[in-house]
Amino acid sequence: MSIHGTHRGRVWKYGSNVDTDAIVPARYLTTHEAATLRRHCLEDLDPAFRENVQPGDMLVAVDNFGCGSSREHAPLALKAAGIYCVVAASFARIFFRNAINIGLPVLECPQLAQVAATGDELEVNLAGGWLHHRGLSYNVTPYPEFMQAIIAAGGLVPYVRQRMAGGGNSCAGS
Amino acid sequence: MSRSLAEKLLARAVGREVEPGELVWADVDVALANDVTGPLAIAELARMGVERVKDPGRVVLVPDHFVPNKDLASAGQAQILREFARRQGIPHYYEVGRMGIEHALLPEQGLVGPGQLVVGADSHTCTYGALGAFATGVGSTDLAGAWATGQIWLKVPLTDSFIYCGRLPRWVGGKDLILFTLGQIGCDGAAGRAMEFAGPAVSALSMDARMTVCNMAIEAGADAGLIAADQVTLDYVRGRFRGEPLLFQADPGWTASRVYEWDVSHLEPQVAFPHSPAQVRPVGATGGVTIDQVVIGSCTNGRLEDLQVAAELLRGRTVHPYVRLLVIPATQRVYLEAVRTGLMETFIAAGAAVSTPTCGPCLGAHGGVLAAGERALATTNRNFVGRMGHPTSEVYLAGPAVAAASAVLGRIAHPEEVGT
Repeated sequence: MSIHGTHRGRVWKYGSNVDTDAIVPARYLTTHEAATLRRHCLEDLDPAFRENVQPGDMLVAVDNFGCGSSREHAPLALKAAGIYCVVAASFARIFFRNAINIGLPVLECPQLAQVAATGDELEVNLAGGWLHHRGLSYNVTPYPEFMQAIIAAGGLVPYVRQRMAGGGNSCAGS
Repeated sequence: MSRSLAEKLLARAVGREVEPGELVWADVDVALANDVTGPLAIAELARMGVERVKDPGRVVLVPDHFVPNKDLASAGQAQILREFARRQGIPHYYEVGRMGIEHALLPEQGLVGPGQLVVGADSHTCTYGALGAFATGVGSTDLAGAWATGQIWLKVPLTDSFIYCGRLPRWVGGKDLILFTLGQIGCDGAAGRAMEFAGPAVSALSMDARMTVCNMAIEAGADAGLIAADQVTLDYVRGRFRGEPLLFQADPGWTASRVYEWDVSHLEPQVAFPHSPAQVRPVGATGGVTIDQVVIGSCTNGRLEDLQVAAELLRGRTVHPYVRLLVIPATQRVYLEAVRTGLMETFIAAGAAVSTPTCGPCLGAHGGVLAAGERALATTNRNFVGRMGHPTSEVYLAGPAVAAASAVLGRIAHPEEVGT
């Protein structure tokens, strides 16, 4: 799935404070292998998710999505389950960073978070920063400039490779 | 320009003044990982094409979540960490039998201290804010970046000020202060901000209790929980911390973005109900919930003072017949000290199971997993759905005094119902 162009998919809708234990329970953290993480993704919150999720589906939640632990296994599990992007009214800081670092798009859009429901169709254009839902268009909160550089590089791993190769500290604010 | 404690700590790590909201590259003093997050960070480091960490002396590796190895998979994770430590020549690797739960171990061993910038691939890294350090949790890839470059990017946070006046009553401690605070501001009440704890009731806290307070700043979504270093801090780090303690405090005239002030002279012990650390009630309003298990331990409340408080209430008493009490000293040193001072004899005589240091039950990893429908009262830090085992089990959070009293009575109880 490309981040370019417009993507269309189905919504899985959840509420506020979806924590990292809900996204992938800690009892499975003896591996970071994608197949295992996918198998247990959201299992305590919504057992139907792992049975029915389709590649290209999207998650929409309300406030403080991804609160709790620093486990990168949480965004990895969502990515492994085929989730194209997560849209929320707000994200917990560590989850947000982790998602950007591993290349799972995360979008802030409080208006959409209030109205979307499971099963809805959602259209997303990541490069354009807009969402289309039930005939209405929504703009997402732009990423901080510096995060755009990480996204443009393809995640933190290639970004650090560039830096180590002599890119220096030339990022916003420093 | 008047600066906050957080801004001054980050200015030191950046090498110039910083503004709230600014994104900065900062030099990392210590970069920590455990057996859950470390193997992923090691894999990411390899993907970065980096063969050697920039400074092995600044890396700390502590297998603590699934050790002693729970099964084949966890044994493999611990092995990855161990072999990486040997290959990279990392001196601060702590093996089972010589380790502790990371956030109790690092301060105890003097690996972190006042003025430092610490990042850890564990959200409770914020514990070290109790030493007057800026300490924050990150993911594995961010940590690998810090291992590779010696730096991390951070957003300089705004600071909310939490001031506690008065003197805490008997049986009320650091855990009650932070649970009360979470109950007031909610589980995203300090999202993206630093929480600075101050006031006479905080100044009077021991280092053990201060670490309990800062440990749970993440449960309000905070980047960091901070207590300015003072004489209590200096007395604690003397003889432990290998670096030069750097004492910072907010400038006179600095004003927080939000200020909360409470008189805690009559604060009751606090209990967080399932399934949020911010769903808090005073113990008197808990309605005598019956429990199947009590856990005393974790990076939140497994330090010596916590065990002393629990032992005071358990001495000469026995655990309720329907309750399993697990006591898990947070480090080997705490364990040994608890043996030497007779605390362990008290726990065992009361009918408690005592374990070697591990995070184990706190995250439902091993050693104290709950069955369907069971209820635990724990001195740990999270009570999300399924946190300690089955998704229909429940976890109530409290301090060691409520935990010990509840273990004796078989229901959530005020310590005064047992002790004096």
